[in-house]
Amino acid sequence: MGRMRNSTFWAAAFAVGAVFFGLSLLVPNDYYFFAGYVVLQYIVLATAWNILGGYTGYVNFGSAAFFALGAYSTVVMYKLLPLPVPLLVVIGGVISGAVGLGMGYLTLRLRGAFFSIATLALAVVVQTLITNWDFVGGSRGAYIIRPAHAPLLGNYIQYLFLVMLVLAVIAVGIARSIERSRLGFGFSSIRDDEQAAEAAGVPTLRLKLVATTLSGALMGMAGAPLPYYVTYLDPASGFNLAYAVNSIAMPLIGGMTSWIGPIIGAVFLGTIQQLATVTISSALNLLIVGALLVLFVVIAPNGIVGLVESRLRARRR
Amino acid sequence: MEISLDLLLSAIMAGILLGGFYAAVTVGVSISFGMLDIVNIAHPAFIILGSYAAYILNASFGLDPILAAFLMLPVFYALGAAIYQIYHLVFERRGDEALRGLAFFFGLLFITEVALVLVFGVDYRFVNAAYVGITLHYGPIDLPLRMLVPFAISILLMIGLQLFLSCSFIGRAIQAVSQDRLALQLMAANPTKIKRIAFAISIATAALAGAFLIIIQPVEPSIGRDYIGRVFAICVLGGLGSFPGLVAAALLLGVVESVTSTFYGPSWAPAVAFGFLLLTLALRPAGLMGR
Amino acid sequence: MWSKAHSTMRTSLLASLIAIATSLFAVAASAAEPIKIGFGMALTGGLAGNGKAALIAMQIWADEVNAKGGLLGRPVQLVYYDDQTNPATVPGIYTKLLDVDKVDLVMSGYGTNLQAPAMPIVMAHGMTFIGLFGLAVNDQFHYDRFFQMQPNGPNAKLSLAQGFFEAAMTAKPTPKTVAIVGADAEFPKVATEGARELAKKLGLKIVYDRSYPPATVDFAPVVRAIQAAGPDLVFLASYPPDSAGMIRAVNEVGLKATVFGGGLIGLQFASLKQQLGPLLNGIVYYDLYVPAPTLNFPGIAAFLAKYQPKAVAAGADALGFYLPPFAYAGMQILGGAVEATKSLDQKKIAEYIHHTTFKTVVGEIKFGPDGEWVEPRILFVQYRGITGHDLEQFKKVGTQVVVYPAQYKSGDLEAPFSEIKH
Repeated sequence: MGRMRNSTFWAAAFAVGAVFFGLSLLVPNDYYFFAGYVVLQYIVLATAWNILGGYTGYVNFGSAAFFALGAYSTVVMYKLLPLPVPLLVVIGGVISGAVGLGMGYLTLRLRGAFFSIATLALAVVVQTLITNWDFVGGSRGAYIIRPAHAPLLGNYIQYLFLVMLVLAVIAVGIARSIERSRLGFGFSSIRDDEQAAEAAGVPTLRLKLVATTLSGALMGMAGAPLPYYVTYLDPASGFNLAYAVNSIAMPLIGGMTSWIGPIIGAVFLGTIQQLATVTISSALNLLIVGALLVLFVVIAPNGIVGLVESRLRARRR
Repeated sequence: MEISLDLLLSAIMAGILLGGFYAAVTVGVSISFGMLDIVNIAHPAFIILGSYAAYILNASFGLDPILAAFLMLPVFYALGAAIYQIYHLVFERRGDEALRGLAFFFGLLFITEVALVLVFGVDYRFVNAAYVGITLHYGPIDLPLRMLVPFAISILLMIGLQLFLSCSFIGRAIQAVSQDRLALQLMAANPTKIKRIAFAISIATAALAGAFLIIIQPVEPSIGRDYIGRVFAICVLGGLGSFPGLVAAALLLGVVESVTSTFYGPSWAPAVAFGFLLLTLALRPAGLMGR
Repeated sequence: MWSKAHSTMRTSLLASLIAIATSLFAVAASAAEPIKIGFGMALTGGLAGNGKAALIAMQIWADEVNAKGGLLGRPVQLVYYDDQTNPATVPGIYTKLLDVDKVDLVMSGYGTNLQAPAMPIVMAHGMTFIGLFGLAVNDQFHYDRFFQMQPNGPNAKLSLAQGFFEAAMTAKPTPKTVAIVGADAEFPKVATEGARELAKKLGLKIVYDRSYPPATVDFAPVVRAIQAAGPDLVFLASYPPDSAGMIRAVNEVGLKATVFGGGLIGLQFASLKQQLGPLLNGIVYYDLYVPAPTLNFPGIAAFLAKYQPKAVAAGADALGFYLPPFAYAGMQILGGAVEATKSLDQKKIAEYIHHTTFKTVVGEIKFGPDGEWVEPRILFVQYRGITGHDLEQFKKVGTQVVVYPAQYKSGDLEAPFSEIKH
């Protein structure tokens, strides 16, 4: 897989996605789609976070802000002019990408933990602005009524599932393309030693802006269909801490150095969380996230991908 | 809204008292993050733990919460030392600290919160202290003891810590280890031991901060999350590792919140406070008094 | 030969015995097969205090019903999941309940945010849905099988503030100005909107009108700003931590108002009543049930006697005056409709509920076309004569005087607030 050409990879990814969706349609109940939507959404979020975090080395605490901006741009459009969901996804991406660009400019000179705290501050500012904006309902929340029939499939939740699946394939494809391109090498040089990279002539400032914009845009795209999924959106749930924590935990658990890590982390942690919600269902849900985080960080510093890689390496010897 | 001098004065005074509380809440992170480069994002959870410790001692034995916190200092110190030991063994020796350490503490944050929920339930807890209902009035300025007592003890705590850092051997060693680890080793002090002491002190301050918190407002396990942002914002704003900077930043944030709340509307206070932080970071990344 | 006939007879006898036994088992099994009632409930997160209390009330109902032989002869089983006070979990939870767990009946979670996301799903399945303390949830959907267990009546916004203003206007001298303040969250926003409308209708001048973020630590600046505007009336809408914070600040600053109160959530709970004690004296706040002689509905005392020890053991609200009686009454209504229509047909149940006046532990309830109570029953209560921090005084008559509405009134308003001893 490491040596596959980009075009082959995209074709394979779409094929896998299509097969997966076809099989999913065989499942007789809707719950699978509701739960699956969330896992796919986390694949996008984790991949998006990893572009800035894993590839470039800048830890973003404010994922919730970009995600929620995508969701709220959908709310704005819903109140102004109803549009089909794929178009809303693009709009959400554009808006969050623009904010990502702005954040990149603001934090140009910040490194390490300072950058992370700035992203946290940004999330608080954005949340306060939205809470005080009555057009989108403010803290009263906004109701989104789903149309009676979904395009293509009829069943609305299957339609949202499909949208998110396509988005996940695109996000993963972008991540892999970056990994093997000059852009990716630029990112990793920033991650490894930013000063050396600058000295070697890498345009670090420009690359950082690309990373924050791209990461922000993908997160916004992940958030755009949310209002149609949940049908009632208020700032407290849109900016929920769970989004920020999961978007960090999933790449960490899965492995931050490769495009496959966030997928593994999202599927693993996301599925566990969805199952826990409808089985154990209590304070223990949060305990699971905490315990898994600690466990993985202690025994598998490079995530699941790292564990597998070291096993393969050991076997080769 | 008319800006009367009286109202401005009382807003500033309230902000100062609030800032004193914020300083106590942040000083632990200033030590662990500012001096030791350990991103202890779980610090607010330890503060809540301190609040519940004060609550138990207050509810069972009628002890004043701040007195209870002083009694708990050795316990929290030991807890901090133990956590540092684990952190050191797992992370610092391997070398790649920052993100993994962060994830470790994130995990600790949730585990602590859930443990509190399982033991105490989700109802709000409060303490009964003799001075909580009393307010001193000086002209236009009201000083409720509920805020004044934590403020006073917090300032004493800051002064005490600063003296400790500048005047005692261990204190100076802590400052040294944050600046130049190798030099410290050359001077025959064990950096790991020094760092452990420092981290343990930072967790011990959480016991006091927790007592302050539960005096000021009712506490339930999940409110720690509201403080993550504030704590790191103040720490960074003040300049890492500088106690005077920390106090200045905490007071400043308290006053900004209070004045915005009074004159423009409380809804905007967080945006103004964090916007101020963003601006500072953009223009002066080292913070107000950073090194 | 005889033995062969004998053995054939024995075989057929055995076969028929087995057949009878199996069918008996089948009958017994379906008779014992439980009726499943599914719902999400906030057991963790910000609303968990109320969610846990509601769950205890619902479990008490289920135990009582099962002790009497169940519903329609079948035992009742509650199937519930923690929605973590996160609306994003609700669509998945209700889909699982209906499609996978195949529950027969549904109830709602606590609060508007956790009910609204369930609406499209329960509507698609045609389920009768009884909501717990949601505000104006059905205004968007106009679903004819939705019922709300909150005594707001058809106009929720106004009924949350009406009692306060009507009682407050009886103060002498007649108030002329009002300050409106609330938290940046769903319920306070609705309540303050209602207050604004009523203030305008009554010709009161609004001299302060702001909201604060829920994570505010120190409320003194807010109260001082209010004080500077010099209002006669102060209407506050808040959640428990800010209710406590505002009341403390009001006492520390020494608010000089004629009447202070409004929609303060939290004052109905044991922990806040105990903590604030005498600071509560004089506050006019909304409540749903207090132990006043005018509110002694059939069964409420027995219910509270069962609820209180369980709540203390589980770490939930020890008094149970707020959500629990309504959660219990909601189950009474659902169960009553099932028994009366002798079926689990959602359409029949909904029609029955629409056409019936129920006698529950919170009084007689009749529902209007959109599922709201035909008559609001929001009480406005003034605290009097509280001394010390003991909980027992709140269980007795006298500390909580109902000043509105007229049919449940047990005393007149005392004013001005600033002169009442705290």
